[in-house]
Amino acid sequence: MTDLSTRSPASGASAKIALFGVLGAIGLVALGVAIYVLWWLFTQTDWFLNVVIYAIEAVVLLVCLLVIIAFLLLADRKIWAAVQLRRGPNVVGPFGLFQSFADLLKFVFKEPIIPAGANKGVFLLAPLVTCMLALSAWAVIPVAWGWVISDINVGILYVFAISSLGVYGVIMGGWASNSKYPFLSALRAAAQMVSYEVSIGFVIITALLCVGSLNLTDIVLFQEKYGLATTLGVPWLTFLNWFWLPLLPMLVIFFVSALAETNRPPFDLSEAESELVAGFMVEYSSTPYLLFMLGEYVAIVTMCSLTTILFFGGWSSPLGFAPFIWVPGVIWFLLKVCFVFFMFAMVKAFVPRYRYDQLMRLGWKVFLPISLGYVAIVAFVLQVTGWGGLN
Amino acid sequence: MLPFPVLAPALPEIILVVGALCLVLLGAIQGDGARRAIQTLSVGLLIVVLGLVHLSGGKQGVGFEGAFIADGFAQLMKVFTLIASIATLLMSFQWLERERVERYEYSLLVLLATLGMMMMISANDLIALYIGLELQSLALYVVAAIHRDNSKATEAGLKYFVLGALSSGMLLYGASLIYGFAGTTSFSGIAAVVKGGAPLGVVIGLVFLLAGMAFKISAVPFHMWTPDVYEGAPTPVAAFFSAGPKMAAMAMFVRVVITAFPAIAPQWQQIVIFISIASMALGAFAAIGQTNIKRLLAYSSIANMGYALVGLAAGTPEGVQGVITYMAIYLVTTLGSFGCVLLMRRDGQAVETIGDLAGLSRTRPWLAFSLAAMMFSLAGIPPLAGFWAKFYVFGAAINAKLFALAIIGVVTSVVGAYYYLRIVKLMYFDEPKPAFDRGDASVNGVVIVCTIFVALLSIAPAALFNAAAAAARSLF
Amino acid sequence: MAALFFYLFSAVLIASAFMVVASRNPVHSVLYLILAFVNAAGLFVLLGAEFLAMILVVVYVGAVAVLFLFVTMMLDVDFAELRQGFQQYLPFGALIALVFAAELIVVVGAWAIDPSVLKVVQGGSTAIPSDVSNTQAIGRLLYTKYIYFFQAAGLVLLVAMIGAIVLTLRERSGVKRQNVAQQVARTKATAMEVKKAPFRAGV
Repeated sequence: MTDLSTRSPASGASAKIALFGVLGAIGLVALGVAIYVLWWLFTQTDWFLNVVIYAIEAVVLLVCLLVIIAFLLLADRKIWAAVQLRRGPNVVGPFGLFQSFADLLKFVFKEPIIPAGANKGVFLLAPLVTCMLALSAWAVIPVAWGWVISDINVGILYVFAISSLGVYGVIMGGWASNSKYPFLSALRAAAQMVSYEVSIGFVIITALLCVGSLNLTDIVLFQEKYGLATTLGVPWLTFLNWFWLPLLPMLVIFFVSALAETNRPPFDLSEAESELVAGFMVEYSSTPYLLFMLGEYVAIVTMCSLTTILFFGGWSSPLGFAPFIWVPGVIWFLLKVCFVFFMFAMVKAFVPRYRYDQLMRLGWKVFLPISLGYVAIVAFVLQVTGWGGLN
Repeated sequence: MLPFPVLAPALPEIILVVGALCLVLLGAIQGDGARRAIQTLSVGLLIVVLGLVHLSGGKQGVGFEGAFIADGFAQLMKVFTLIASIATLLMSFQWLERERVERYEYSLLVLLATLGMMMMISANDLIALYIGLELQSLALYVVAAIHRDNSKATEAGLKYFVLGALSSGMLLYGASLIYGFAGTTSFSGIAAVVKGGAPLGVVIGLVFLLAGMAFKISAVPFHMWTPDVYEGAPTPVAAFFSAGPKMAAMAMFVRVVITAFPAIAPQWQQIVIFISIASMALGAFAAIGQTNIKRLLAYSSIANMGYALVGLAAGTPEGVQGVITYMAIYLVTTLGSFGCVLLMRRDGQAVETIGDLAGLSRTRPWLAFSLAAMMFSLAGIPPLAGFWAKFYVFGAAINAKLFALAIIGVVTSVVGAYYYLRIVKLMYFDEPKPAFDRGDASVNGVVIVCTIFVALLSIAPAALFNAAAAAARSLF
Repeated sequence: MAALFFYLFSAVLIASAFMVVASRNPVHSVLYLILAFVNAAGLFVLLGAEFLAMILVVVYVGAVAVLFLFVTMMLDVDFAELRQGFQQYLPFGALIALVFAAELIVVVGAWAIDPSVLKVVQGGSTAIPSDVSNTQAIGRLLYTKYIYFFQAAGLVLLVAMIGAIVLTLRERSGVKRQNVAQQVARTKATAMEVKKAPFRAGV
């Protein structure tokens, strides 16, 4: 600044004009080249259009998702507050509706602090990994019939794989902070997530045994058409077709394991404030912290939608007649996700935290045998009766 | 409907698996309280399986899409292996109890190792071979270190594990090269491919495969683990190592080269001849300076593998018959020798130096007689069983015009006789040391049976030789 | 497009595999290993083997590498000592690497010049029917043709598990354990004792 002020105003102005001129010319040329390249790509290649469409779809999905998550975050805090007879956030906007956006701005404008002893690269990579992975799971989740970015054959495995990678953000963050509480938290998280993945895997296997496909759209379509209600001759009671009834024990196990997998209370051992301050997030601040929070909530919503798809018939309407079938599928999907999220929030509000050995006991000695046994039972029943399978 | 796999040829193995899994469950639920029951039941299970294998009568049968083969050879080798496992299990229980290694898992691991050995013997495919081998080895690594508070035992287990993993790696590398060039893992498929000239890759792969298998039978130059592991591991475990696994690995060795690579016999014969000579020589010379009887028996087993390979080097049915005979007699002799070592116990402490045997003939004449019989047999002195073993393998080598190999074999046996006879001299002509404790009934029983077999085989050798000949014919 | 992704995945795969060996910090090595796994999974996807790709990620990245990371994070590796050993074994390692490289060159070279020298058995593998997804195809093969290997591999894992327990599990005495069944079965009668406390006398 001092440099500029000491120069003579005239020469400064002319230099500015010259600079603008040059920059403008370069800009114009670049714009021209860009337009030409785009035109060429559109007309001469057949894949470019698809890429653009995918990109637009992805952006739309992510924007909607993030906005919904902003309000779910608020809902989480409101529900929590309501259970504890408090008001919750109520200052920013009507009824505190814009609280999440205010938080966002606050985090973004603060200074990120990196501890001196931290492993800088990994330290910054960790929140990015968490957030990116959580978001990338949404590539295969069908929010309505055909409303999916990539309808791949092994969709459920993809979501499972991505959710099993979520642990890396925690481990990397905990290790890179070079501090004791985060490190302990990383160790806890590693063991916990690996343990509960096992039972989640078995739950997924039971569901896909019934459907005979790993495609998420197929799983929903199957629940829409076949199941208990159809067998009983009342296909319009679609909600009885869904897997929640025949696979009820699996629903419970899946729901609890999902809590553990996303580090939600009562399984938030890795950020237990009474023992580890804030666990792997102790040393984080500002945007990296925001990314961690965001990733966590995206993962939670992913688990909610997975529960919806596996057990509550995805986007299908609960009753197979008008006016229910006039409601767009995406609304049903959203309602069901909100319902499952409400359960997540209520659990957080009124269940005390598990001790670590209890957590391990539950995962390995209770859920694993039950889910494994149920897989065997379901496989046996399907083999004997010939039920299941899309065709 | 998908085709149901053919299970009949593998019936004994399936019974063994199911039985072993039930015992695992029993152990997991009851804990160490069920140790005695598990020990008894495992021996019973092995006897049942032995009966089943014997009843199968060596019927030719192929199961699991060609991966598993049951034939005369497999039947005979399985009978030997099962006898080895039963005998070592019987010998170990009281010994381990005295040494405070009271783990019910010991019998389970021996059961599963035996299963691995049976799978190795019946393997008709590189994958089946590898998995059987790994099942066996993994169980053996753990059994070697089962006395986990003893630093020598853990050292033995660790050494065995590291070197064993290396050899498995070599074997796997060889197998993948063979698969890459032959395009199939089944032995018959490989045999069809190598007929009329093998690609270079297959030959290189075969070298690695043979190296891996030579490790498992502890042939030179892959023998270095043997003395340390025998010395460090609890004695019953060492007895087990020297009996069953050697049997299974040798059976696997024979089956691989004879059924998968008959067309390139000259190539593998060179390698086998080299390993054989090296093992015989090293076993004979390195054993001379040993003072620990377990180390001495380790070198003796290295030498014995060399002699057995002499028969294989011939590559003829007669040679394979020699290998089978040799292995059967080696099995009995080594079980008897280790039985004697197990009886070396003074004031409640196991002793294992050769010097402790001094004057045994005056304190325990029958034990001295048994051990002397074993030593004479190992030295190959007629009319004991060991003579026939050597006679058959050298005879096969001479018939196959491998004169040099036979001569080297005879020379090294003479050298080997020196240290076997040294033990006899110690027992009969040296000043006696304090007497050993009374032995366990089961060990005494095994030693007596082995001694009778070794001493009296010459009276009716035909049964063994004919069975071996029939088994050898089923391979060709 | 497929070619572009192939080169992208392969380049990153090779670079990260190199970094696994070259990086100084073992935790970074494991992180590069994870990157390598993910790229390998990408290559599987390009091959049309989406099931294998996902299983690679689930098993290796999601479970195995987590445990690797777990262990390496807790290890205190002395790098100076490590490098010392490296210098000492370098000639030996180089020799082995050279032998392996020579073999590979011979083998691959022969194959590149004339594939027929391999004498590969034709018709050994059956083509996948087009109406079956590759998940189903793998399942059909694994549980029929390869059932023996599958079950036997399971037994190998069982032995590994028994072995790990035998060698490491130590029953410690004097540890208080939670008995959940007992806790749940408690009733008012067993858990509480109601006493009348007389006035000014205490219990």
